[in-house]
Amino acid sequence: MSATSHDTHHDDHHDHGPPPGITRWLFTTNHKDLGVLYMVFALIMFFVGGAMAMVIRAELFQPGLNLVDPHFFNQMTTMHALVMIFGAVMPAFTGLANWLVPIQIGAPDMALPRVNNWAFWLLPAGFVLLLLTLFLPGGAPAGGWTMYPPLILQLGDAFPFLIFAVHILGISSIMGSINIVATILNLRAPGMTLMKMPLFVWAWLITAFLIVAVMPVLAGAVTMLLTDQYFGTSFFNAAGGGDPVLFQHIFWFFGHPEVYILILPAFGIVSAIIPTFARKPLFGYSSMVYATASIAFLSFIVWGHHMFSVGMPLSGQLFFMYATMLVAVPTGVKIFNWMATMWQGSMTFETPMLFAIAFVILFTIGGLSGVMLALAPVDLQYHDTYFVVAHFHYVLVTGAIFSIMAAVYYWLPKWTGNMYDERLGQWHFWLSTISVNVLFFPQHFLGLAGMPRRIPDYALQFTDFNMISSIGGFVFGLSQLIFVWVIIKCVRGGEKASDQVWEGAKGLEWTLPSPAPYHTFEQPPVVK
Amino acid sequence: MKRKLLGALAAIGALGLPLVAAAATAPESDWRRPWGLNLPRGVTELSQDVYTLHMLVFWIVCIIGVLVFGGIFYSVWKFRKSQGAVPAKWHHSTTVEVVWTVIPFLILLFIAVPATQTMIKIDDTSDYDMTVKVTGYQWMWEYEYLDEDVAFFSRLDRDSDRARQRNPDVRPQDVEHYLIDVDNPLVVPVNTRIRFLITANDVIHAWWVPELGWKKDAIPGFINEAWAEIQEPGTYRGQCAELCGRDHGFMPIVVVALAQEDYEQWLQEQREENGVVATDDAEEADVETAVLEEVDPDELMQVGRQVYDNQCIACHQAEGQGMATFPGLAGSDRVMDDDDWVIDVVVNGVSGTAMTAFGPRLDDRELAGVLTYIRNAWGNEAEPIQPADVRDAR
Repeated sequence: MSATSHDTHHDDHHDHGPPPGITRWLFTTNHKDLGVLYMVFALIMFFVGGAMAMVIRAELFQPGLNLVDPHFFNQMTTMHALVMIFGAVMPAFTGLANWLVPIQIGAPDMALPRVNNWAFWLLPAGFVLLLLTLFLPGGAPAGGWTMYPPLILQLGDAFPFLIFAVHILGISSIMGSINIVATILNLRAPGMTLMKMPLFVWAWLITAFLIVAVMPVLAGAVTMLLTDQYFGTSFFNAAGGGDPVLFQHIFWFFGHPEVYILILPAFGIVSAIIPTFARKPLFGYSSMVYATASIAFLSFIVWGHHMFSVGMPLSGQLFFMYATMLVAVPTGVKIFNWMATMWQGSMTFETPMLFAIAFVILFTIGGLSGVMLALAPVDLQYHDTYFVVAHFHYVLVTGAIFSIMAAVYYWLPKWTGNMYDERLGQWHFWLSTISVNVLFFPQHFLGLAGMPRRIPDYALQFTDFNMISSIGGFVFGLSQLIFVWVIIKCVRGGEKASDQVWEGAKGLEWTLPSPAPYHTFEQPPVVK
Repeated sequence: MKRKLLGALAAIGALGLPLVAAAATAPESDWRRPWGLNLPRGVTELSQDVYTLHMLVFWIVCIIGVLVFGGIFYSVWKFRKSQGAVPAKWHHSTTVEVVWTVIPFLILLFIAVPATQTMIKIDDTSDYDMTVKVTGYQWMWEYEYLDEDVAFFSRLDRDSDRARQRNPDVRPQDVEHYLIDVDNPLVVPVNTRIRFLITANDVIHAWWVPELGWKKDAIPGFINEAWAEIQEPGTYRGQCAELCGRDHGFMPIVVVALAQEDYEQWLQEQREENGVVATDDAEEADVETAVLEEVDPDELMQVGRQVYDNQCIACHQAEGQGMATFPGLAGSDRVMDDDDWVIDVVVNGVSGTAMTAFGPRLDDRELAGVLTYIRNAWGNEAEPIQPADVRDAR
């Protein structure tokens, strides 16, 4: 396959294509195969989690308990979050990193290929455990994805399944991240200095450090839940000298970096796409790197803003408020840099660019409501209402997930060698963007008007906006079927893509043939 | 009026009656209405400060949003390849980058000042005139007026509770304050600095009335403090704001603020009624003087049914069939045969589960009633449990 002039007989292990059949996927150590596995897995989980969201929105379509029992509703909100975070967004980003990091830095593969295989195959194992709980007596976890004790300790047979699923998913993420760090730090092509790396690589390098730092903290927290439940410890039980709020501190020490784990790679993706379609270099590359690093640092010292209502001392509340407000500064720098990149460019609006621009605008809406939420005294009103639900869905759906969709449209021609169907892509974009705003924008109003989150039924004055929101939700859910169809169609055929694919695309991956061969950069390229 | 009558009848004991009269005189806040968009101004100094701060930062972020989105839309309109735009080459400007780092920082400083002031004010719980202890349970609230010998439980009102069942006999749309009404509201005086001591008995809850301007978590084993000074008489509604299990969405909060003299009168009525649950001293007295004679089984069944419908039905269900982790009672041999065990479960609860101890919440007669009821309803058959049996198990 590779166009080397070596003696092929002597070197034929380099020139193998993938082995045939299922073994290719089970035993593969190839970063491209694993990238595909990760992303297919993420897509399946996106629909599993999405189906749960549909149950939630259907139940909330009108007042009264119309479809499901409140206990099942709570299982849906809990599992929706766990599936979307650990099953959809994180694996999708890891899949993109697998596919892209080696070909963006001129490496032949990931540094630790066998670890790579293991890290992926732990994911389905973890999710079998987690999704199995839906069929256990007592049902799936229903105490919220935040797993606060004492409530989570009331969970039935699903409890140990939940804990071990979290452990397995955590191990998977840590291994994937160590691999990414090792690859970036060791396998860059000659001349690819750190400050020449594409921003997607930078973003993932920082994200990987965050994952390695905080996943063990989550593992520790859930292990303490486990020993509290079964081994008589009282970490989180006041009657035994513990403190339920301690869990919240530990959880959010993981949880806040976690939400940046879900968004930093998105920043990298958008920083690749906007310059391509604006045909102008990214504005302020080095400030982008420093801003990403600052956000990562700040993520470790803002966890208390999830807990303004638990009764922290005044000094603690003020510290977390100030630290949280500071996040707005580097985030603002990024948004302004993307604006400046577009300014005086020469823009075209293919589907990846549309998703990237929508990302900048809609993520900013989530960022601005984030500034409001940062203020401790007003957060005492916003906290645990639909205002928060609207906020984090703006940053996670129109932020993280829109960036993943942008990335898929952007790199799909490189992966498959075929152009996707642009007309369908545009349909997918416009339907998604309109419906997602119908879905989430009214939730700001619901929250301010007094609707708490995680309730299966509501007072009558919330009816109208809930109905609108549900309609938006159903349309958004259905629109994603177009996305699947575009991908299937593109994999099966279509107009052949050129090596560069996009007129303005820059970077090592665009020097490779489309589709990228099974093995690439066996001889490192030279980066000037 | 029918609704209120029903609600009063359903309330345990006579506690609800004078309250309903008091609540009827308090005007309803007009903040909760369809298509509501914004936070309430509220009825305390704190809530008004919070509202002002909220609107300040809201307009600031709106202006920033308009500028950013304006810039993006202008670029999209102006710098299009199809319009013949030629890309510029520049990609860096230290001046511009410093400017858009410093200006947001200054804006944040500007917001931080009033935010800090408001936070300090919210946190200052000194100098209070009275104290109400709020305890969250799965799924109701208990209010204790410290030093006043008044305490009672407050749970979802009867009509909402009927309408929120699946296939209900009342439509939610026909219940006036669906899911935001209670049997016994918290009654407080206006223009009085009230300190709230907030805690929980089982899992974490959060006590939130938007018109008071804050919410505070109710954490088992710990006591949080907060305060409010309500300026206007009226009825103010809120809900539990922290996920607390199956019926998290069904434990509303209603605060009725009365003029001082009306409040005094209400307090007096409460003491005379000496409600179902009194403060600890009164409870002990109650227990000592309780008449532990045999009660007629039919009467026990009647009392028990009422208690069951109020306290047990959410988990164990209307036909005692149970649901998910909540065990079924109908046809359970252990419920019928193992007297000591079943009494212990109801009186002392089962730790680590949603089954809380009902001993502190109900008197001996009610406990005996509900125990007798679950052992003889839905085809079950067993000896009645008498108040004396329960007394021994306490």
